[in-house]
Order: sequence, then C-alpha cells, then structure tokens
Amino acid sequence: MTLLAFIIGVVFLAAAVFFVVGLHLMRTPRTARRGNLISAGGMITAVGATLVYAITLSHSHSLGWIALTSGVIVGGTFGVVRSRSVKMTDIPQLVSLFNAVGGGAAAAIAFADFLGRDVSAGLTPSTSVPVVLDVIIGSVSLSGSLIAAGKLQGVIPGQPIQFPGARVVNVVVVLVALGAGGAMIAQPTSWPMLLVVLVASLLFGVLMVLPIGGADAPVVVSLLNAFTGLAVAMAGFVIDNQSMIIAGALVGAAGTILTLQMAKAMNRSVLTIMLGGFGTGDSGSVALGA
Amino acid sequence: MTETLFSNLAIFVLSLLVGFEVISKIPSTLHTPMMSGANAIHGVVIAGAVAVAAAADTPAGYILTFIAALFASANVFGGYVVTDRMLRMFTPAAARPSTP
Repeated sequence: MTLLAFIIGVVFLAAAVFFVVGLHLMRTPRTARRGNLISAGGMITAVGATLVYAITLSHSHSLGWIALTSGVIVGGTFGVVRSRSVKMTDIPQLVSLFNAVGGGAAAAIAFADFLGRDVSAGLTPSTSVPVVLDVIIGSVSLSGSLIAAGKLQGVIPGQPIQFPGARVVNVVVVLVALGAGGAMIAQPTSWPMLLVVLVASLLFGVLMVLPIGGADAPVVVSLLNAFTGLAVAMAGFVIDNQSMIIAGALVGAAGTILTLQMAKAMNRSVLTIMLGGFGTGDSGSVALGA
Repeated sequence: MTETLFSNLAIFVLSLLVGFEVISKIPSTLHTPMMSGANAIHGVVIAGAVAVAAAADTPAGYILTFIAALFASANVFGGYVVTDRMLRMFTPAAARPSTP
C-alpha cells in the first residue's frame, strides 16, 4: 500500500463517520437538516479523495475527463434545478427518479469497468461476482424506480397492473437474468452476455413494480433505494473504492429498516406489497387483457 | 488480491451492521426525508464515475463514463438539494432567516 493510498483510505473513513453521524442526526426533526448537511460534507470528502486518487493514477486520456465533466454539468444542473422547482407534493416521484439514475450509474460503472479490462485470460470471481450483482441490482432499481415514479406522477395507472401468466413471465425473466449472470461468472469473457443480464434485469424491475398499487409506491421506492445502495456497494467492490462500499452498505441496511417502518406505519407488510394486487385497500386489482 | 477482497468484505459487512443500528425508530413525518437523505448518500456512486473516467480509453468507455457521470451527478446533487428543501420545513421558525 502506497502512502497516498493509505491517506486516501483514512479520508474515506472520515467520510464514513460523516455519513453515519449525518444519518443518525436525521432521526429527529430538530437535528435532521444538520444531519443532511453533515452527510453532504462526507460526500464532498469522499468524492474529493477519489478525484485526487484518480488524477494521480490516470493515464491522462483527456476524453474520459471531458465525458465526466460534461456528464456532471448536465446531470448536476438537472438535479439542482428540478429539486428547487418541483412542487412539494411531487417530491416522492423526484426522489424515485434520483434513485433510478443512481442504480443506472452503478450498472454503467460495472459495464465500463468490465469493458476496460483484459478479459481474454478470464476474470477472478472477486471481480466477476460483484460486476454481475451490480448489473442485476442496479438495473432492477433503475427500471423499477422509473415505473414507481410513473405511478406516483400518474403517468402510469396507479392501480395494480396484472396480466395473465405474469408470474410465469416473472419466473422466466428471473431465470434468464440469473442464468446469464451465472454464465458470466463461470466464463467472464464476453460482454454480450452481460448485456443479456442487463436487459433481463431491467425487464424484471418493470414486472416487479407494475403489479404494485400506487398507494404502496412510496414503500417500494424505499425498498429500491436500499437496492441501489447495495448496487453502489457492489460497484465499490468492482473498482475497489471503500467509500462506495461503506456508503452503499449503509444505505442498503438503513433503507431496509426504513422500508419496514414505512410499511408498518401504513399497516401493511412488505411481503404483501411486493406480492402486489392482493387486498390493496386503495383499489382492486385490474386484470389487463383478460 | 485476497487480502483486498477480505478487507473490503469486512468493511461491507460491518457497514451493513452499522446501517441497521444507526436508524432506530423514526417518526413517520421523517420517513420521506430520511429516504431522500439515504438516496443522496448512495449518490457516492459519482466516485465510481470518476474512477471509470480515469481508466476510460475507448469510445464505449467514454460513452459509459458520460452516462455514469450524468446519472450519478443527478442523484447526488438532486438528492442533497431536495432533502434539504424538505428538511427546511422542520427548522424552528425563529432559526429560519427568510423563506421565499
């Protein structure tokens, strides 16, 4: 371990402390805002350290940095402008959209890392497993959160959408995603297989959220938020970045607890919500094409 | 290799445990801001975009870097700004300078 890598690691730990303290302060209304600002401080610390490390290690392909900068400008502007202008009542769907793109970013990172590697000699499982898990979880979160946002916004009908044979289709899609993922781990040499994992997972995200009632959508967004956290942690394994592993795992765990509490506050169980359609208080299930 | 993997796994598992413990019972008014705050934290994925930018050297790599940067920065900037906007409502009125 070089001295620089050591210093970066210590800075990552400091960022982790900021995240934990920030999350902790967000439990009570009085300190919540301060908690969020502390967490933002942790974010600046973690990203700053990564930036320093990346610049020192970079092989100086300026196009990569141009792509990064232009992406940050466009994405950052969109995020800030939408956050400021959105109506208070429309905030949940915006959060869902931000969650979706977070999952998409994690999946894109796994893809970029895989394409950048020399895979002719194969990959060790310590890389291929997190790559596959990252693509699966990240894509489910991407498409699922988009559907949930659509339901909250009213673009997609709020009532549970079901069609005959949905369960069978679900099982097939999951099997394709897992099968292709398994094949990737066993023989990680071709990217088209990773593309199959990506597409099947995207499809599964859609199928998972469609049968869920609009009133339950916030709970689903929270669950997918935890998913994205795990995807980010997997991306951290892929590129060996500890701040991503820590923050991702934190969100994955905290998001799961939060999901359970949200469901409990609505007198619902997460399992009932995820199975969808059954006994939703707000609307009956609608069978399309039946 | 295995050494790095082990320390990363240890960090992952311990962070999961901290995440389970750090939020206990939350008042339901804070559910959405808390979700949004956690959403902002996983915006740290932008660090991954930085890392792939440093390694990118093919057209596909540049495109994926752009996508990752676009998505991640929307997540992180939007996440913190929208969370702050929600939480401003919880600040005591006296402490608020002037709300538009």
